[in-house]
Amino acid sequence: MLSYITRRLAIAIPTLLILVVFSYLIMYAAPGGPFDMERTLPPEVMANLNAKYGLDQPLIVQMWNYVYNVVVHFDFGPSFMYKDQTVNDIIAQGFPVTLTYGFWSFVVAVVVGMSLGITAAIYHNSWLDYLAVGISIGAQVLPNFVMAPILVLVFTLWLGWLPGGGWQGGQWEYIIMPVIALSTSFMASIARLTRSSMLEVLNANYIRTARAKGLPMRRVIFRHALKPALLPVVSYLGPAFVAMITGSVVVDMYFSTGGIGVFFVNSALNRDYSVIMGITILTGALTILFNLAVDIIYAWIDPKIRY
Amino acid sequence: MILSRKTAKDLETAQIGAEIEGRSLWADARIRFFRNRAAVGGMVILILVGLFAAFGQYIAPWSNEEVDWAVLGNVDTMGRPSIASGHYFGTDELGRDLFARTIQGTQISLMVGLIGALIAVFVGTIYGATAGYYGGRVDNVMMRIVDVLLAIPYMFVLILLLVVFGRSVLMLFVGIGLISWLDMARIARGQTLSIKNKEFVEAAHAIGVRPGTIIRRHIVPNLLGVVIVYATLLVPSMIIYESFISFLGLGVQEPATSWGALISEGAKQMQYGTLWMLLFPLFFFVITLFAFFFVGDGLRDALDPKDR
Amino acid sequence: MALLEIKDLTVKFETNDGIVSAVNGVSFNVSEGDTLAIVGESGSGKSQTAFAAIGLLARNGHATGSVKWDGQEILNLPEAKLNRIRADEIAMIFQDPMTSLNPFLKVSDQMEEVLTLHRGMSRREARAECVRMLDAVRIPDAAARITMYPHEFSGGMRQRIMIAMSLLCRPRLIIADEPTTALDVTVQAQIMDLLKDIREEFNTAMILITHDLGIVAGACERTMVMYGGRIMERGTTEEIFASPTHPYTNGLLDAVPRLDRKEDTLPTIPGEPPDMLKGFIGCPFEPRCPLAEERCKTEPPSLERLSETRVRACHRSPEEVA
Repeated sequence: MLSYITRRLAIAIPTLLILVVFSYLIMYAAPGGPFDMERTLPPEVMANLNAKYGLDQPLIVQMWNYVYNVVVHFDFGPSFMYKDQTVNDIIAQGFPVTLTYGFWSFVVAVVVGMSLGITAAIYHNSWLDYLAVGISIGAQVLPNFVMAPILVLVFTLWLGWLPGGGWQGGQWEYIIMPVIALSTSFMASIARLTRSSMLEVLNANYIRTARAKGLPMRRVIFRHALKPALLPVVSYLGPAFVAMITGSVVVDMYFSTGGIGVFFVNSALNRDYSVIMGITILTGALTILFNLAVDIIYAWIDPKIRY
Repeated sequence: MILSRKTAKDLETAQIGAEIEGRSLWADARIRFFRNRAAVGGMVILILVGLFAAFGQYIAPWSNEEVDWAVLGNVDTMGRPSIASGHYFGTDELGRDLFARTIQGTQISLMVGLIGALIAVFVGTIYGATAGYYGGRVDNVMMRIVDVLLAIPYMFVLILLLVVFGRSVLMLFVGIGLISWLDMARIARGQTLSIKNKEFVEAAHAIGVRPGTIIRRHIVPNLLGVVIVYATLLVPSMIIYESFISFLGLGVQEPATSWGALISEGAKQMQYGTLWMLLFPLFFFVITLFAFFFVGDGLRDALDPKDR
Repeated sequence: MALLEIKDLTVKFETNDGIVSAVNGVSFNVSEGDTLAIVGESGSGKSQTAFAAIGLLARNGHATGSVKWDGQEILNLPEAKLNRIRADEIAMIFQDPMTSLNPFLKVSDQMEEVLTLHRGMSRREARAECVRMLDAVRIPDAAARITMYPHEFSGGMRQRIMIAMSLLCRPRLIIADEPTTALDVTVQAQIMDLLKDIREEFNTAMILITHDLGIVAGACERTMVMYGGRIMERGTTEEIFASPTHPYTNGLLDAVPRLDRKEDTLPTIPGEPPDMLKGFIGCPFEPRCPLAEERCKTEPPSLERLSETRVRACHRSPEEVA
């Protein structure tokens, strides 16, 4: 097991490095710098600024310094735009918010999606099945940027039940809509995936064996069918996680929740290199860690995988 | 009692009556597809949306850029959808005709979806088929690269690209194309691995057909079914990507527009009661996605060899 | 009284392409300690007959007729009641040992649950009994290997595990569905020997479903030949081999390789197994039958009784067939 994890990490670290180098190169190749503003600064001021932030050094040196600081000091450097904040400050401010509603969205998508899918498969071709399939088909054309305005329209403008945005330290009424908006389409995908793989497993020979042994249906499903049926779902969790991180940008923009998404878009528009880099690397690292966790869960479920 | 040579002969002739009518794989699939009501419905919707995008501009009294000065300032009353004013879908908050803008948004969104899927089909199939066919170390390296790329939160890189190199439709295509081929490559590889061991490929190999030719002549045509199904399902996700980016205001630039941009504008205005700005583009977005999913599922069921 | 009494069993499947009649009015009995082979090509309805009897048809399948176990009607009984009979009184061995054991569960988990469920044993007792049974089917080092996963065993070993699992409750009837088809020839012989020993030791009745007449000879007292979901012929195994009275049996016997015959090619029955979607007006074997005549196309032959042990369904007389 340990060697399996080490081997996966051996792939993960180069991935992260490629991400860092790639993002840095794009930034470097960009025409214009962070201090190009409408009012041109005098050249000596410009030179001073560039020297202060180390932008006058050759590319390789800049990159090395950056990676060194990130890896050794966990320091993403100062922000170019928010003058008195470092990237670490910004992450510390926005990340807990993103993590909170991201976690709940993930839980909702997985729990509701799997339950729907399993129910639909067990009661195949009954009204429960049709209902579950209907919900999941409907939900897959409702990505977060469609759900968000619809939710606000219904629950804020028409019913007036929930606030249309804000965070307020994460009180529950501010969390509900971001979570629903973010999780709906993933819930749908997970439900569809669970249903179809459960149906396939229920047709497997070993399920017939289990039934021939006289096991009650509940035991057949939960002990014999659940594990194999969840394998495809588990491998979908990695991509779903990435997509959710991405979706958080929309949630932050639309609901003004103050997560890292807003900072990302704003700094992208303002060429705030260090913030963009910091957020990209952070999410990349998270994604890779999460994929590692998924791989381990997968190997734990499937006895045929030897580490 | 053991059958004699003569009865064996009789048996041979007896078989003629039991001849089975042959249907090609594709003819079979077509029959199955057209029996699927949801899939056929989806196809009809797609054709209608396509016609709307292609010819809608000829029946629109307003262009997508013109500002109706009579409406500007009191859009929520004057800009309502009406036949009389020629604004069939109403106007946006700047007094521009929403009917014309929806047509234009549909054109752009469909184009992004189709081209994104085409890139995926082209690059992904060739890449995956090559990796699968050569196998061994080549496969290992090629698929590792895909794994590495898949582990990157792509939307962030894409947003980065759009910001750094300027927002343009071309950049959108490049960015979306970059993302889309990865899954296709994986699928094509998996299929190739199983096709590769079939007798006809071994036979071709044995008579000395070059690998490039085997991939082109024997493997790719057999991948076609799976590729078509996946491509159909890829178009809507490409449309979603594009709309996502446009929703953030990082996609196509004014005066050009797309569904995502229109939905975003509509969503910003909805507290003023001008709901049509949200609902018309949303309607086209939703039915088109539905249609693509239904057609994709229909194709998958029609081509699925497991069912045969 | 017969242990298992099947009367006029019919099985239909609803598929996308129409209704498939897999089994058409099949009747037979199996008594205590009896051994019956059901022989036929794939698609002859032999497996579906057995599945229907203990309610294991696929979801789209539907069975009518009568199946009596110990005098009690069990056809289409609710799952919960059937579960009391399954494994406890009627056990099944399936065709493909590679896919019939759950690859995600240890062998011990899969075996023990039979005993904890039907016999109310504790896990410890169940484990001991399972190891004993694995020993009985000659799995070496059973006590240690029982905690392994199925994929860690060879095909033949897995089939032994299946057999051991089916014997755990000392069932009165074992239904073995093509138990050797997926195995190597040498392993086939071992498994058949094992089945025979076990059956004699526990005095279990057995239904052996196979397409291979070759393995029937030593294993079963009676043989029933099926085609197109119907019974073609039934008799003692000896009678069937010595004097077949049906052209289809002839064809099957011909296709068994024999040492006493010098032939370059093995005779086969020409044509394809029937397309069960179409249904038949006459005899299902008619399109492939060398002796077919006009009325075979239009009238289905009824099952006629030749002797105490023997029935057949063919328009031609036994003499003409032989």
